[in-house]
Amino acid sequence: MNMQSKIHTKNLNLFAGKQQILKNINITIPEKKVTTIIGPSGCGKTSLLKCLNRLVDIYPEMKVQGKIYLDNINILEPQHDIHDIRRKMGLLSQRPYPLPMSICNNITFGLRISGRRKKRYLNGRLEHYLRQANLWDEVKDRLKEPAVRLSIGQQQRLCLARGLSVDPDIILADEPTSALDPVSTTAIEERFEKLKSRYTIVMVTHILRQAKRIADHVIFMYLGEVIEQGPAEQVFCNPQHEKTKLYLKGAYN
Amino acid sequence: MFLSSLLIIVVLGIILFSVLKKGMPFLTWEMISQPPRGGFYFGKEGGILNAIIGSLYLAFGATTLALCIGLPVAFYLNIYLIHKKKLVNTVRFFLDLLWGVPSIVYGAFGFMIMIYFGFKSSLLAGIIVVTIFILPIMIRALDEALKSVPIGLFESSLSLGATTSEISFSIYARQCFPCIITAILLSFGRAIGDAAAVLFTAGFTDHIPTSFTQPTATLPLAIFFQLSSPIPQVRQRAYAAAVILTFIILIISIITRIIVKKYQRSIIKF
Repeated sequence: MNMQSKIHTKNLNLFAGKQQILKNINITIPEKKVTTIIGPSGCGKTSLLKCLNRLVDIYPEMKVQGKIYLDNINILEPQHDIHDIRRKMGLLSQRPYPLPMSICNNITFGLRISGRRKKRYLNGRLEHYLRQANLWDEVKDRLKEPAVRLSIGQQQRLCLARGLSVDPDIILADEPTSALDPVSTTAIEERFEKLKSRYTIVMVTHILRQAKRIADHVIFMYLGEVIEQGPAEQVFCNPQHEKTKLYLKGAYN
Repeated sequence: MFLSSLLIIVVLGIILFSVLKKGMPFLTWEMISQPPRGGFYFGKEGGILNAIIGSLYLAFGATTLALCIGLPVAFYLNIYLIHKKKLVNTVRFFLDLLWGVPSIVYGAFGFMIMIYFGFKSSLLAGIIVVTIFILPIMIRALDEALKSVPIGLFESSLSLGATTSEISFSIYARQCFPCIITAILLSFGRAIGDAAAVLFTAGFTDHIPTSFTQPTATLPLAIFFQLSSPIPQVRQRAYAAAVILTFIILIISIITRIIVKKYQRSIIKF
């Protein structure tokens, strides 16, 4: 199978105080595919995601060891500009956190801070990204309204559009549908299907059915360790490890 | 709980009522439109315009200065030092200590420094000392506001590639806007109502100050001096001055409420 690796980690360890959250993680995330990280709650899925864009930096007790390669650059080395690294990865969190401004400014904020301020350009981009997140038709008449007025499903799509606006290579999604209703969930999943032709998508989920629906590549984690990883068909239909089999049967839920 | 609330409301009501009852009849246009004249302190013509203007100058100056210093400090504590909880908590502890220090100590401290440098009492000295006095209040009020912003918003902004200063001024400042206004109001109230800190540092004069180096009168001191006068007409004017002070604070509160209402609609609620 010829797939290009976008991110791979080497002996990644994460400590929170004295407790070890991630143990010796070696994973490969293929480019332009949907990779889902599955596993029971508390197994370090979200922590792993936060390591990838170095959000762990802001938590005082977290210590990272090992190497994370993004396009063969180790992003844990201090000489790389952290803002550039983070800009390459859009983040979709468990519940949407729109910025406290209008819908329009939510999308253009990322562009404006990277120095693009021409009004016409911004308006064009605004429509483009809102269409990509399948939100344009719903909000085109109320772009000046505060983003809080949107429903939570719309807010999550707004956050997706906002994430896309800084032109990332990767979308990191941390249980992006856990706060949403089934219709909004389907909307986000459909978006991911469309977007994977251009972006590498890494999604954490605890819903097995969701993983089965959209995953191309699966990483199964248990208690801070990666138990099994590989193409979706292989992991779901022919798991190699005992723990994976048990999890797929529903033993850990 | 109901009784305690009732007690507070009753006490507040009595204070307001007695101030209004004693002050209102003597509140004339002359009081608020003229500085003291020749026989003012014997109950004759003139007003307390000097103290009104002086107090407003002082409170606006000090609040502006305190905001200019306090806002960056609050951002620094909550955004730049987000991964150094211990240090931040130590700073918070000392700010709380400073909050508890009585204002006369600030006044005496300011006076000491003024003597050391050979300054006379002046508007500028008053502004600086009142700024130092209200800074802990301002910083802690802003700090509490910024502390309540969920970390998810911080993470989301970081993942857009925003720098800490962009997050501070474009996102946190917006999200906390009503709280920032409340902090300003709180500090302004303390600044305009305090007598002890300005007793030595701003002095007292019958003239409206025209430069920073002149001494200035303030309303709380005007009340203090007039109340201690043996002449009844002067004492009545003290209550009128108290009414004016209360009204200034009331007007500022109402304006603040209107501003906050207007901008509250784009705040993200969690």
